Amino acid sequence: MTRITIDPITRIEGHLRIDCEVDNGKVVNAWSSGQMWRGIEVILKDRDPRDAWLFAQRICGVCTTVHAVVSVRTVENALNLEVPLNAQYIRNMIITAHGIHDHIVHFYQLAALDWVDIVSALAADPIAAAKVGASLSDYRRNSPSEIRQIQDKLKAFVGTGQLGVFASGYWGHPAMKLPPEVNLLAATHYLQALEYQRIANRIVAILGSKTPHIQNLAVGGIANPINPDSQSTLTLERLFAIKAEIDKLSEFVNQAMIPDVAAVGALYADWTGYGAGVTDYLSVPDLPLDTKGVQFELPGGYLPKGDLARFKPITTYQDAYFCDGVKESVKHAWYEYQGGDRALHPYAGQTNPHHTAFQDNGKYSWVKAPTFYDQRVQVGPLANVLAMVAAGHEPTKRHLDRVLEIAGKVAGSPIPVAALHSTIGRIAARAVRCAVLLDSLQNQWQLLIDNIAKGDFETFNRPVFPKGEIRGFGYHEAPRGVLSHWVVIENGKIKNYQAVVPSTWNAGPRDDDDALGPYEASLLDNPVANPDLPLEVLRTVHSFDPCLACAIHLVDGKQRPIVQIKAFG
Amino acid sequence: MKVIVLGLGNILLRDEGVGVRVIEALAQRYVLPAGVEMVDGGTVGMDLLDTLAGCDHLLICDAVKTGAPPGSVVKLVDGQVPALFQTRYSPHQIGLSEVLATLTLTDEAPAAVTLIGIVPADLDLGIELSPLVAAAVQPAVERIVATLRELGFPLMPGRES
Repeated sequence: MTRITIDPITRIEGHLRIDCEVDNGKVVNAWSSGQMWRGIEVILKDRDPRDAWLFAQRICGVCTTVHAVVSVRTVENALNLEVPLNAQYIRNMIITAHGIHDHIVHFYQLAALDWVDIVSALAADPIAAAKVGASLSDYRRNSPSEIRQIQDKLKAFVGTGQLGVFASGYWGHPAMKLPPEVNLLAATHYLQALEYQRIANRIVAILGSKTPHIQNLAVGGIANPINPDSQSTLTLERLFAIKAEIDKLSEFVNQAMIPDVAAVGALYADWTGYGAGVTDYLSVPDLPLDTKGVQFELPGGYLPKGDLARFKPITTYQDAYFCDGVKESVKHAWYEYQGGDRALHPYAGQTNPHHTAFQDNGKYSWVKAPTFYDQRVQVGPLANVLAMVAAGHEPTKRHLDRVLEIAGKVAGSPIPVAALHSTIGRIAARAVRCAVLLDSLQNQWQLLIDNIAKGDFETFNRPVFPKGEIRGFGYHEAPRGVLSHWVVIENGKIKNYQAVVPSTWNAGPRDDDDALGPYEASLLDNPVANPDLPLEVLRTVHSFDPCLACAIHLVDGKQRPIVQIKAFG
Repeated sequence: MKVIVLGLGNILLRDEGVGVRVIEALAQRYVLPAGVEMVDGGTVGMDLLDTLAGCDHLLICDAVKTGAPPGSVVKLVDGQVPALFQTRYSPHQIGLSEVLATLTLTDEAPAAVTLIGIVPADLDLGIELSPLVAAAVQPAVERIVATLRELGFPLMPGRES
């Protein structure tokens, strides 16, 4: 038996430690430990609920936008405050553009280097790579000359000895199996992706007035005045500039990213057999289409055992089924609850830190363990895509069919939907969701234009706080899955605030019943060829797109390397 | 020539957010000339790619641990900025070092990088700076102003100075 400790996991936001016990080349036990305390709840106490989003967007460096949006939704929910249509559409465009940005970055910049060997790409034939590209799609930027140009650039970069972003790669690892020309095609798109994720971010910046921290939100709507005739407001000219950016994104996502994910998945078909873990899935509906949040463009809900026939939808911002089901356990987390350590509903949630040593059978993480009706659930694009398919959402079915069709063609045999319950399936589902979000971004843009054309320029309803106690929750299907904030407000001041974030659902430690969290469960039975180079463990953990941020990013002037992989025989 | 003054840090962790607090003070006290842009980067990483692409001189203000006493203000240039091309010196894995490494790959990295660092005293939860570090804000602002002057951008005091 060998114990592997990876601390921290690299190419993620925040500080995550993973411990595995490996026996006969397979993981037999696993622990997921968040190594940083997140205490937004403590900071928000007694503050004005209208300001909560400004603090909430500082929780995380990657997810500023999503915390800001869900925070205003939470306070609006407590007030039963309706949100004007224009504000809904603009918020929807911000979150879809952000999601597209995030999904592109995850696949190319964060996950791909676990599967694509950059060093092998340097030796590949650009003509062969272009040929592979042409067999997958008619993407304009797969020409031999463009591929050769990017290969030369990579060669020059690696030749300087400054590996930079590629320094942490497992080049030449026996688990790297793509042919050189596929490595080169993916590496080409890796560089192009840097352009396209910036385009998506630019849309967020135009609508949100600023990035990285958007400025245009308000409890009750948004702060962008709409006036088609004034240059200082959101004008039609700016809106049409956004449309042009959307079209550029569409080409890359549909013609490069979807085929890449399908082909890489097919060439690693054995990885559809690893990493399923927890197959009870939870997602929430998003992109509200009315002022109250009872109609949504994208469905979501609970899917027990991955069984599409047993899908139970979550339908409104008032949904009692969602609200009543959520609890957080601290039996194995570095917190204590006054009045006993049994799991608590977020309205009654507490944030009292209680640090101990890393105890395999006791407390070992700063992340709480959330449950849905006392069960562990997996969240994220896979949960959302499966829910949307179960709900009959046409664009999702169309994009998923295309991924499975390309993958089946490359693999030489049909790939069933059930293959999605896996490490590679999580990556494929994220690409599907990215394409779905693009369709939605286009649709929300059109809805906004049509509504303005009707003469509706409303963007804000003023919130009024009653005396006494009110409570509310808000949710968002964020890039990493279900994000919910919960607030109790007393006499216009925050009395309790809890954020149950996506990576809490997935990265959480064991719960009150000692059941493994999704990261932990997904690692069981993963192969590990060499415990000193645990690439296979990283593949599965990275497939969740971990984001444990909150986050100290202090520059250490002593230049101390802080990544450690320890293997004990 | 384009200079970006980038404040970094998590304002929810007291002195960890001092970089952001310093550039806020800078913007309150001075009028920034054309060619100088101020960015509150928070703890953001790859989202900054578009913002930082193609700037000539990147002037970062951030909390740093150098071994000097808390409240010290230090200046590091180019190769001394440890976040530059050696990855993995910060728990913020997709942090600034990744952004700079990526910009190198796309030929858009800044030609020069200067870091004005403040040694923190207290990284606990909270939005107030510790007294030691609060007292370092003004000296840090002055170091930034002096650096900008050397680069050919003299700053004029604003209304609130």
